[in-house]
Amino acid sequence: MKTLPAKTNAGQKMKKSANKSLKPSLLQDIKRNPWLYLLCLPAILFFVLFSYIPMAGLYIAFVDYRPLKGIWGSSFVGFENFKAFFATKNWITVTTNTLFLNILFIAATTITSVAIAIMLAEISNKWVKKITQSIVILPHFMSWTIVSMLSVALLSANGITNQLITMAGGKAIEFYNTASVWPTILVLLKVWQGAGFGSIVYLATITGIDSSIYEAAAVDGASKTQCIFKITLPMLKNTIIMLTIMSVGKIFNGDFGMIYAMVGSNSILYPTTDVIDTYLFRQLLENPSMGQTAAVGLIQSILGFAFVVLCNKVANKWSPESALF
Amino acid sequence: MAKKRIKSSKGDVAATIIIHAFIIAFAVACLIPFILVISSSFTSQASLNQFGYCFWPKEFSTEAYSLLFKSGTVLPSYGVTIFITVVGTVLSMLVTCACAYALSRKNMHYRGAIAFFIYFTMLFSGGLVPTYLWVTRYLHLSDSLWSLILPSLVNAWNLLLMRNFFNGIPDALSESASIDGANDVKILFSIILPVSLPGIATVGLFYALAYWNEWYKALLYIHTDWKYPLQYLVMQIQKNIQYVQQNAAQAGVVTDGLVPAETTQMATAVVTIGPIVLLYPFLQKYFVQGLTVGSVKG
Repeated sequence: MKTLPAKTNAGQKMKKSANKSLKPSLLQDIKRNPWLYLLCLPAILFFVLFSYIPMAGLYIAFVDYRPLKGIWGSSFVGFENFKAFFATKNWITVTTNTLFLNILFIAATTITSVAIAIMLAEISNKWVKKITQSIVILPHFMSWTIVSMLSVALLSANGITNQLITMAGGKAIEFYNTASVWPTILVLLKVWQGAGFGSIVYLATITGIDSSIYEAAAVDGASKTQCIFKITLPMLKNTIIMLTIMSVGKIFNGDFGMIYAMVGSNSILYPTTDVIDTYLFRQLLENPSMGQTAAVGLIQSILGFAFVVLCNKVANKWSPESALF
Repeated sequence: MAKKRIKSSKGDVAATIIIHAFIIAFAVACLIPFILVISSSFTSQASLNQFGYCFWPKEFSTEAYSLLFKSGTVLPSYGVTIFITVVGTVLSMLVTCACAYALSRKNMHYRGAIAFFIYFTMLFSGGLVPTYLWVTRYLHLSDSLWSLILPSLVNAWNLLLMRNFFNGIPDALSESASIDGANDVKILFSIILPVSLPGIATVGLFYALAYWNEWYKALLYIHTDWKYPLQYLVMQIQKNIQYVQQNAAQAGVVTDGLVPAETTQMATAVVTIGPIVLLYPFLQKYFVQGLTVGSVKG
């Protein structure tokens, strides 16, 4: 969903370049619309202060950072910080976990969101539709700290899941001591939290589909299932691709908020849940190496950015409608 | 989309039933954790130990809540959270609306460039370390409540969403006002904002919820107990059962030698999400409407 404003942005850019020759210089434009530029100023200042200056600060990845000397005063060490991260074998585990979990998250949330949107669209009773939609969106507004609290009630030794398991005659599972079940748990929680909210945009797209298409299909004797698979899903294709491209940009960034809140310092679960971001955060607490953490952050940002551009290129070739820019 | 059809086959009836069953099951699954937490926060610790988490308190008790409020940690945190939510949302909306409105005006020729300047921050970021050092060592916001507001004052996505709202307002409205001699700041506040209330509600709610749910920045920047926002307090209470036990001992709420530790965790969760859950039924339409309008307009 993050992509939608961006799409228009790209469109504007294209229109703009078409009549470039008529365009006044920036100074002329500021003189002509001083108030408009003034209105933009606080936001621009914000992004300079809290986005662009930290980007410049990524230089720290190439220095042997000493707090007293500051970023620019510390000595330049080239790629030493990068090497330090790859020196221990831990990086393989955390990178695998990051990619594996993120791919599962993207796939599971997308599929569930689309399914919910299609199902909501099929519900004809206004009240049922409204109430179910409200309920499935609600979890999105819970922070991960709250979700981790909720999951205690679900997963702890005397939680509801284990009560059900023992009631069915099974053996209770110590979830908080069993690393192997956590990818599943995390995916389920992610779907629980995000799928309903994610369905809003898909539902909006479905609502926008010309209803005469469905009427024509019905006249031809198409069943509901056929309508869903032959009309609705193909119509959603572009939106799905667009939103997926956008989430691919974060594929190398572990969901720190989620993993830190859910797993915290429970090291038994690290083998399957430790992601790059949580690993680096712990490293930072135990043995502060600002340079190393920044170096990995830089790699994540660059790879993520490259992935978005690459996927976008593929999308452009394959179905230009669904490309971001 | 499902327009009434003249005939509906057996397959369609089956599909309808399956669809209803699935969506209602998912909705119930969304609600279950909330019910569990609310119910267990009103259960006595003894019965929780004995019977586990249940959908209805087996032994009703408010000991967790009395501990929570006697220990005196929740109220300051409530204050902090309310402060950052109110002040943060107002400031965020001012900055966001101002810029979004300017970007929606066609007579501003560099609006595309500025929009890209903003959009780029969603694709690429400096990451944890440079931001942390910049905020603590150069801006000196460490342990200040402003560190919970300023670093996330403007959200690029919210800004572009707001701009999409403003794009939907006819230009003629602004133009006629500027012919009458009003400047753009005045036009924004006296003409544009009053007709954009649904958009303001949507984006404002996104900001308010983000501030209400803030804990990550508290983890990084806040070191003093009473400045913890609610969500971070929740995290402390969950991570650290001793913390609860200490507070219980201080507040003298220990019944039959049992510290209501788990129930207190649940009670903290309840007071934290309470305002969201209570206001949600009145506000939820804005999320759906807002996102639908804002994204489809494109």
